Amino acid sequence: MTPIELAKQCNFSVINEGEGNDRQIDGIYCCDLLSVVMGRAKANDLWITVMGNLNTVAVAVLSDVSCILLAEGITMDDTGIQKAKQQDVCVLATEQPVFEAAMCAAKVLSL
Amino acid sequence: MNAIQLHYEVDGTDFTRAGEASAAVKKALRQLGVRPDIIRKVAIALYEGEINMVIHAEGGYIDVSIDQSSIQMALCDHGKGIENIDLAMKEGYSTAPDEVRSLGFGAGMGLPNMKKNTDEMHIESTVGVGTNVYMTVYL
Repeated sequence: MTPIELAKQCNFSVINEGEGNDRQIDGIYCCDLLSVVMGRAKANDLWITVMGNLNTVAVAVLSDVSCILLAEGITMDDTGIQKAKQQDVCVLATEQPVFEAAMCAAKVLSL
Repeated sequence: MNAIQLHYEVDGTDFTRAGEASAAVKKALRQLGVRPDIIRKVAIALYEGEINMVIHAEGGYIDVSIDQSSIQMALCDHGKGIENIDLAMKEGYSTAPDEVRSLGFGAGMGLPNMKKNTDEMHIESTVGVGTNVYMTVYL
């Protein structure tokens, strides 16, 4: 399933579409410490975090995750959004807490 | 092929520019047709190195050499140096300030991630003089 399809099913908002219609989600990874994410997130994961800055986008690109999902009503700052547009990174957002957002995604993705 | 040499200056004052060298190397490796899993490892190791230079050393430079058999990286700075390299290599050990932690770094995973993503890594550091990190990834 693509990030944009998942966003529709779980009612996540789309902050930046990027490659959201082209990528597939194979798993879910939740963490806010960027070095931990770089070490442990897998390519094509949905990455759920409350860290919404420029570095979040850089780490998403390096880790090759399918998309970033900002939980807990966190927004991404302007420089982060600009970078996401440049790098075609899909960024979603939700008011839901991390656990609930992950639960919805896991259910919809049949993980 | 002959070795390809790349050189990047890392601006130690600007957190938002950290990652430019790793992004440029990533692009170069992609153009050379290097395997995606190797590109990912190199990009992560370099990005962690760049972040370390910004956090701890007010910048420095990175030299990358690519030949048929390996990618060799040298990251050099004139920062404050590492007092205890063994301790710095432990996951979770960090001397990063709070403002860096609020950006999502400072988890004490930087050097361990660099080691994990490379085949060889060697650190030379003198307190008050600077740090050189040498990493190799075999193709």
